[in-house]
Amino acid sequence: MPVYINSIGSVSAQKTFDNSLFLEEIVRYNDTVLEIIAPNYKDYIPPAAARRMAKGIKMSTVSAKTAMIEAGMEEDEIDAIIVGTGLGCIGDSEKFVSDILDNDEQFLTPTRFIQSSHNTVAGQIALGMGCKGHNFTYVHSAISFESAVMDAKMQLENEEAKNILVGGVDELVDHHVNTHRLIGHIKQEPVETMSVLTSGTKGAVFSEGAHFFTLSNEKRSSCYSELLAVETFNTLAEDQVAAKTKSFLSENGMGPDAIDVIILGYNGDVEFDGYYDTLATALFKDTAQVYYKHLSGEFDTASGFGFWLGNKLLKQQRIPDAVRLNSVPANSAQNALIYNQYRGENHSLTLLRKC
Amino acid sequence: MSELKQELKEKIIEQLNLEDVAIEEIKDTDPLFGEGLGLDSIDALELIVMLDKDYGIKLADPKQGKSIFESIETMAGYIKEHRSR
Repeated sequence: MPVYINSIGSVSAQKTFDNSLFLEEIVRYNDTVLEIIAPNYKDYIPPAAARRMAKGIKMSTVSAKTAMIEAGMEEDEIDAIIVGTGLGCIGDSEKFVSDILDNDEQFLTPTRFIQSSHNTVAGQIALGMGCKGHNFTYVHSAISFESAVMDAKMQLENEEAKNILVGGVDELVDHHVNTHRLIGHIKQEPVETMSVLTSGTKGAVFSEGAHFFTLSNEKRSSCYSELLAVETFNTLAEDQVAAKTKSFLSENGMGPDAIDVIILGYNGDVEFDGYYDTLATALFKDTAQVYYKHLSGEFDTASGFGFWLGNKLLKQQRIPDAVRLNSVPANSAQNALIYNQYRGENHSLTLLRKC
Repeated sequence: MSELKQELKEKIIEQLNLEDVAIEEIKDTDPLFGEGLGLDSIDALELIVMLDKDYGIKLADPKQGKSIFESIETMAGYIKEHRSR
């Protein structure tokens, strides 16, 4: 059975929560950490429910609702909710642990505890929708989102489900940022958005976001693309990336020349961007190249933004100037390949075909 | 007593994240659960922890909460009588 991406939803450091827009206006930063551009949550979530929601849950709820509405999908049509997250609702986890330390393990309140588990997002979305189907959360660093997509793909292919809501979410909080700054994973100096790739420094610009999609084995009028394949690799040496990509494409009956657009997860970290160079300068040097983490920032599920971008550009048949890495045109783009990794680990390849 | 009531209103708004509720909107005799502020069972647990942490009151029987948390008036009355801090 084919797997179609029928709709998308995004809350990110760019104005992506409105699906009618496609990076026409770029929000430019000069910073090391980017917060999301939040929609008006009251337009999506009743205040009584929102008051107990962590930021990650609010972002995800908006993103999931956007995708559901775009696909014209009723809540009872969703057979499963599958979410990928690197750190879950880390804000409440941190507060809960702080409460334990500050109050000598006494006076622990339920709300922070409830939101301290990684599967809170998938659970809260299901509660909101009354969905009693398969509810699962994948927590695996930079391939958390792809793991969720892979699970959904297998369930749809095996006809275990017809419609699945799949998403990736991560939120920024102070302690997490401070820790990553301390160990040099966040850039030391602010970088202007369009200079991230050429910063020549170590570390990345960190951010947060939520990206949700409805995946189905039936194409709807809102369809963006067909999900052909997803593969993940825990570890790969730089010189193995090209060969793995070739064999991934070959397994799907394609060669590199069948790819019209390649979406690369460059984050401006001089230590690890070389992985992307191996594809950009050789295998796909004559292919239209796109990057996005200068706009979305880096986080465990940032590749959800890449997935959103791939779907958007296949459907609209347009590459916004702000994400272009080279000037190769992508006329009548049919196939898009997304490659992502973080600090040389947790690599993923995702292949999309225009609907 | 009125100071304590004011303090309770502030704590409830802050700890239960009632962002859209102003202190003056909470009347002393308004029901906290159901039709009044619309608090629920998780909020009841938060209030039980608050009594313990801030006023040194341990509720031996959680069922007592029903009458204690009826309104700001009943909460303040109970705290005034039983507080150890």
